[in-house]
Amino acid sequence: MGSIWFCLVAVLLAGYVVLDGLDIGAGILHLWIARNEAERSVVIRTIGPVWNGNEVWLLAAGGTLYFAFPALYAASFSGFYLPLMMVLWLLVLRGIALEFRGHLGGPIWPHMWDMCFGVSSLLLAVFYGAALGNVVRGVPLDIAGRFFEPLWTNFLPAGQTGVLDWYTVLVAVVATATLTLHGAAWLAYKTEKELNERALQCVSRLWWVVVALIVAITLTSFRLIPALRADFQLRPWGFIFPVLAIAGLLGVKWFARAKQEAIAFGMSCLFIVGMLTSVAFSLYPDVLPATTTPLYSLTVSNTKAADYGLRIGLVWWLIGMALAASYTVYAYRSFAGKVRASEVEKHEGC
Amino acid sequence: MGDALAVDRLHFAFTVTFHYIFPQLTMGLALLILILKTVALRTGDELYDRAARFWAKIFGLSFAVGVVTGIPMEFQFGTNWSEFSKAAGGVIGQTLAMEGVFSFFLESSFLGAFLFGEKRLGAFGHWISSLMMFLGSWLSGYLIVATDAWMQHPVGYAIAPNGSFELRSFWALLLNPWGLWQYAHTMIGAVQTGCFTMTAVGAYYLLSRLHEDYGRIFVRTGVTVGVIAACLQLFPTGDGQGVMIAKNQPVTLAAMEGLFHTENGAPLMLIGQPDVANQRMENPIAIPRALSFLTYKAWSARVEGLDQFPQYNWPDNIELVYFSYHIMVGLGTIFIAILLLAALQLYRGVLFRSKAILWILMLSLPFPFIANTAGWITAEVGRQPWLIYGLMRTRVGYSPLVSAGSAWFSLIGFAGIDTILAILFLFLVYREIEHGPETEGSGFAAPAASSGHS
Repeated sequence: MGSIWFCLVAVLLAGYVVLDGLDIGAGILHLWIARNEAERSVVIRTIGPVWNGNEVWLLAAGGTLYFAFPALYAASFSGFYLPLMMVLWLLVLRGIALEFRGHLGGPIWPHMWDMCFGVSSLLLAVFYGAALGNVVRGVPLDIAGRFFEPLWTNFLPAGQTGVLDWYTVLVAVVATATLTLHGAAWLAYKTEKELNERALQCVSRLWWVVVALIVAITLTSFRLIPALRADFQLRPWGFIFPVLAIAGLLGVKWFARAKQEAIAFGMSCLFIVGMLTSVAFSLYPDVLPATTTPLYSLTVSNTKAADYGLRIGLVWWLIGMALAASYTVYAYRSFAGKVRASEVEKHEGC
Repeated sequence: MGDALAVDRLHFAFTVTFHYIFPQLTMGLALLILILKTVALRTGDELYDRAARFWAKIFGLSFAVGVVTGIPMEFQFGTNWSEFSKAAGGVIGQTLAMEGVFSFFLESSFLGAFLFGEKRLGAFGHWISSLMMFLGSWLSGYLIVATDAWMQHPVGYAIAPNGSFELRSFWALLLNPWGLWQYAHTMIGAVQTGCFTMTAVGAYYLLSRLHEDYGRIFVRTGVTVGVIAACLQLFPTGDGQGVMIAKNQPVTLAAMEGLFHTENGAPLMLIGQPDVANQRMENPIAIPRALSFLTYKAWSARVEGLDQFPQYNWPDNIELVYFSYHIMVGLGTIFIAILLLAALQLYRGVLFRSKAILWILMLSLPFPFIANTAGWITAEVGRQPWLIYGLMRTRVGYSPLVSAGSAWFSLIGFAGIDTILAILFLFLVYREIEHGPETEGSGFAAPAASSGHS
């Protein structure tokens, strides 16, 4: 039962990163890729109808984590106290920026909202990346299964770990580049003319950066955390996940060059899902490894709720998520096709 | 204030109090919008359709702020109350996760459909989307109240060998008798907030001779629904909730009523300040024997005072419990009086010309928010010193490794963010009210910026 929920939480989190990742990527890029007010409106319009629904996946993931793995929820949320609070503020800031851009116009306010949107997106990518780095590398759990991470340390390889240290910052850079690439692929898919060309150019340039960073982080992680390799040696079928990630990454380049933007974006989703499932596969059965001693690691079995609740939960969760997924599909389908500048102007008039 | 526990409590109190301003408005308005849409569907009156659309915009704004202030509530269980979450997550995680998985999707998708899909959906489809908005927001409320009800009156659980709580009966958790009364009482309270808000805007229009057609609709709907809600608030929901407390948390009842000493034929305290140190009331005005009657339906029934319970089981802030309860009940009584008077004048057909009553209705706007907040303070501070009543003390539930400084840091941050949200919310709602219901093309969430799925 615990393993089923491990997979379901992984699916929810991967779903969240793929969906909200495109908002974050678009947010990071829009300050550069859009040259004027009208273009920025187009970029924001590409995520306008979907970003809030995307964010709801985070809530669903949080709730699911709470009820399926209460001890993990308690340890990680209190241990990552400071970065989590900042993520909450950034989510609010981004929400305000996107909502109020349409309300409070005039000559200067849109600039402020654009800056808020860009900066909050960038910082969200950094924090999410650092969080992933922390979970992979592990945290200093004590015997009671608790820890508290300071925001940063001296950044020396041998030093104390922190939310931001040399390794997690490296992961944060990889995550930021990946989500930016994801956002560029999304914008290439949803826009036309100059914006589309610039987005495609962005994809092809960023692609090399992402490849270099992925190679670097993979080598570093395997050196730093030998346990990561063990799972792949033990259960070679797990190689399917990194293979999917590599296929996705190659696909992004291939289809972007062929100007098949929709497929290129799909490949970017595949790349992200492949990366995250690889991480989940190599973590299992740990859910939060301890850097102190492996004995203190939080695992599926020592953090899961009782079986009765998990079985009951499976019933309503599957119904609820089927509804949520169909709503998400509906929202994206009713918003299919490219966003045209002329349409946006018309809407702005309302 | 170097005590992390105290800061964590203040943190939760602040964020939840600010948050609940918005859900009570959305839940109340959801019912009123459904009523307006039903009238529009049955009579084909275009005015009611526009009125519903106008309130849906306010609903949307309130919903948006409710969501962004609600996410931190869910997170806070883990960040600031990790020991509690670890112990109880297997039980209350159920209802909280259900809320996250079901309600948000329901509400946000149908709010989007309601605001932007009227042409495509047709009259009946649009009515259905208002029905779903109502069901979604009231389901949300149910799941949250069920969560709190378990902390007030734990049922359907077992204690595992490691000391954590395990769910034993899903239906016992969902159909907790405490929760049913609490839900009824809470939702009627939310309806009153919605009614007073609608009535206040209507009264403003009538007094300033703007959009008077809508002003009449708002006042008529608000007063009619409001007078029913105000009465239901007192009986049976308030009464039922009170009996629950008397039966399961008698020490809380004693603190609420300011009853220090056990009495046969206990008086009902109307006014007076509790002097906890000397265990007496200052400047009391009381109705003799009334408390015995209200609680046990017998004038000389014995009601246990605080002296029946060891001090370590007393709520740790008796003054706050006493005052918030009296503010809630006092305001609730005043609401009944105001609304009965308004309903009488409405029935006689002179309400829209009675300036004095319209002024009172307009200026009453903040008070249902205060009454609802006071009610929640009574429930939550009254539960102390327990986090889970009878099972887990509040002082053992917080996150031991989060320092008071870290908690202050985030509390101050939220205070700042919430201030910005409050200013923006008031600004936008006021602008909607000034534009009036005739303005087509919503000022809220122009499709260019957002679909309104907020």
